[in-house]
Amino acid sequence: MAKKKEEVIRGAEVTSDGSRAINKFRISDFVMMAIIVILCLTCILPFIHLAAKSISSDAAVVAKRVFLWPKGVTFAAYKSIFVDGGLTYSMIYSVIVTLIFTLLGMVVCTCAAYPLSKKRLKGRTFFTFLLMFPMYFGAGLIPAYLLMKDLHLLDTMWVLILPLIYSPYNMLIMKTSLQTSIPDSLEESAFLDGASNFQILFKIVLPLSKPVLATLSLFYAVGRWNAYADNKYYIKTDSLKMAQYKLSQMVSSASEAQTISLSEAAAVTSTPEVLQAAAIMIVTIPIICIYPFLQKYFVKGVMIGAVKG
Amino acid sequence: MAKKSDANKVVVRTKTTWKHALKRDWQLYLLLLFPLAMVFIFNYAAYPGLRMVFMDYKPAKGYDGSEWVGLATFVKIFKDADFHRALKSSLAFNLLDLIIGFPMPIILALMLNELRYPKFKKVTQTILYLPHFLSWVIIGSVAYTMFRTSSGLVNIALMNAGVIEQGINFLGEKWHWAVTYLLVGVWQGMGWGTIIYLAAITGISGELYEAAMIDGAGRWKRMWHITLPGIKSTIVTLLIMNLGRIMGSNFERLDQFGNTQVRDFQYQLAIYIYDKGLSGGKYSMATAVGLFQSVVGLILVLLADKVAKKLGEDGLL
Repeated sequence: MAKKKEEVIRGAEVTSDGSRAINKFRISDFVMMAIIVILCLTCILPFIHLAAKSISSDAAVVAKRVFLWPKGVTFAAYKSIFVDGGLTYSMIYSVIVTLIFTLLGMVVCTCAAYPLSKKRLKGRTFFTFLLMFPMYFGAGLIPAYLLMKDLHLLDTMWVLILPLIYSPYNMLIMKTSLQTSIPDSLEESAFLDGASNFQILFKIVLPLSKPVLATLSLFYAVGRWNAYADNKYYIKTDSLKMAQYKLSQMVSSASEAQTISLSEAAAVTSTPEVLQAAAIMIVTIPIICIYPFLQKYFVKGVMIGAVKG
Repeated sequence: MAKKSDANKVVVRTKTTWKHALKRDWQLYLLLLFPLAMVFIFNYAAYPGLRMVFMDYKPAKGYDGSEWVGLATFVKIFKDADFHRALKSSLAFNLLDLIIGFPMPIILALMLNELRYPKFKKVTQTILYLPHFLSWVIIGSVAYTMFRTSSGLVNIALMNAGVIEQGINFLGEKWHWAVTYLLVGVWQGMGWGTIIYLAAITGISGELYEAAMIDGAGRWKRMWHITLPGIKSTIVTLLIMNLGRIMGSNFERLDQFGNTQVRDFQYQLAIYIYDKGLSGGKYSMATAVGLFQSVVGLILVLLADKVAKKLGEDGLL
C-alpha cells in the first residue's frame, strides 16, 4: 500500500513540475541508470560468455576468439556430456534428493511451527528454546561427522536429507507467519464448534497458509540444490554425489592444472574448456530459468524473516 | 514492521495443569514429537562428542579408548601457527567483507529507489538477484573461467583494450586473489541485500517527501535527510547482526576459491577445521577450534543483541 502511494507521489513529481524536474535531474538519473545497468551486466555477461563458449568449436575457444557470440557453433560438448551420462545422472539424482528433502522438510517444519504458534500451548517457551538453540550453537564438523558414522548414515543418500530437514530458521518464519496471518478468532470459533487441532490444521490453517508454504518449500529446495559441503564431508561413492559437487570436482581438477602450469599454452590446450563451460551451463540453466518466477516468494520469505516471531 | 496488535489484547493467564494441557492439546504435542526427535538425533546427540576436546581422540580407539588430556588440546592450538594464521585470515577477511560488502546494498537500494521507470526497476532488480540463487560451485567455476590469466574473458578484454600488457593473475596470486574474492562476495550479496532496505524505504511516509519537495529540497537532500534517517534503524540492526557473525566462515565459498598459490589467505577457520580434522585426522584439535568458533560466535551474537536493544532497536533474539 505504502509502495503505491510513493509511486503516485513520484508520478506527480514528474507531471506537476514537468520539464523542470526532468531537466534538473537528467544527469544524475542517467548516471544512476548507467551504474545499475553496468552492475546488471556483471550478472549477465559471464553467463552469456559461458553459453557462447559451450557451443563454440574447440579451435575458436583456444584461439580466444569467443566472447559473447559463439564461433563455429557445435553442440559436441553437450552431446559428449549426455553420452557420458555422469552429470545427467547426478542431475536426476539431485532432483530426487531435493524433492524428498523438501517434502520431509515441510512436514517437519509444519509439525514444529503449528503447535508453537499457539499461545495457549503449555511449555511453549521451553519447546521453542529447545528447537531454536541449535541455530545459535552448533557442535561442529567433527562431532557431527562421528554422529553420522554412529548412525550408519555415512555414504548414503539419507545423510544428505535427514540431518537438515529440520531448519530452525524456516521454522521461525513459518511460526511468525502463522501467528500474524491467521486471525485467532477464526481458530477459536472452529475450536468452539468442536473441531480438533488436526482438523483446524488441515481444514483452516494449511489452506490459508499456501503462500508461506510455497515460500518455505522453495527455501528448502534451493538450499538443498545449491549446497555441496555435506557431499564433500560425508559421501565417498560417486553415484551418491549431487550435481553441484560433481561439477565442483570437474572444475577444480581443471583449474588446479591451470594454476600449476603457468606456462600457458600447454595448459590451455589440455584444459577441455568447452566441455567445462557446457557442464557449468547444464547445472546453471535450471536455476536461471526458474528463479525469475520464484524470486517473489523468496522476497516474501525474507520479509517475514525480518519481522521477529 | 512488526504488527504488535496481539499485544493489546488482554491475555488471561489461568494456570493450566499439565494434565489438562495434555488432554486438550495432545495432538499438538504429538506433532511436536517429530521435530523434537529430529533435533535430538541430529543436533543434541552431537553435543556429547564435544568432550573430545579434553581428549587425545584417536579415530581407531573411539571415545572410550582415547586418553583424557585436560586442556592440553587448547594449549596445542594456541601454539599452533596454522591456527593463528587461520584466525587472522578469518577475522581480516570477515572485517573486509563487512566494510566493503555492507554499504553496497544500501547504496544500491537508494539508487533503485530513485529510478523513475518502474519497468526498468523491476527488470534490473530481478537481474541483480541472480547471484543469490547460484551456488558457490557455480560462482566459483564462473569466476575461474572469467579470471584466468591468459584465457579469461576479463584479461582478454583488458589486453585488447590496451589497459594491461600481460594478463593479471587474478586468482593465482594472493593479493590479487584477496581483491577478487572480496569483490565476488560483494557482487553475490549486493542485489539480494537491497530487499530489506527497499522495504524499509517504502515504509517512510510519502508526506515527508512531499513536504520536502515543497520546501525545495532536491534529490540528494531528500535522500540524505529523509530516506537515510528513515532506514537508520534497519541499517543499525543489520550492522550489529553482521558484527555478531564476524567469527563465522563460509566453507563452500572458501573451498571454491581455493588453490595452492593462495593458501596463506584462503586458509581460514572453516578450511582449518576440514583440513586438520576430516582430512588430517587430528579430530580433537579440529573440534576444539570449532568449539572456540562456536562459543565466541555465540557470545558475539548475544552481545550484538544487547547492544541493539540498548540503542533502542529491535533485538535479534
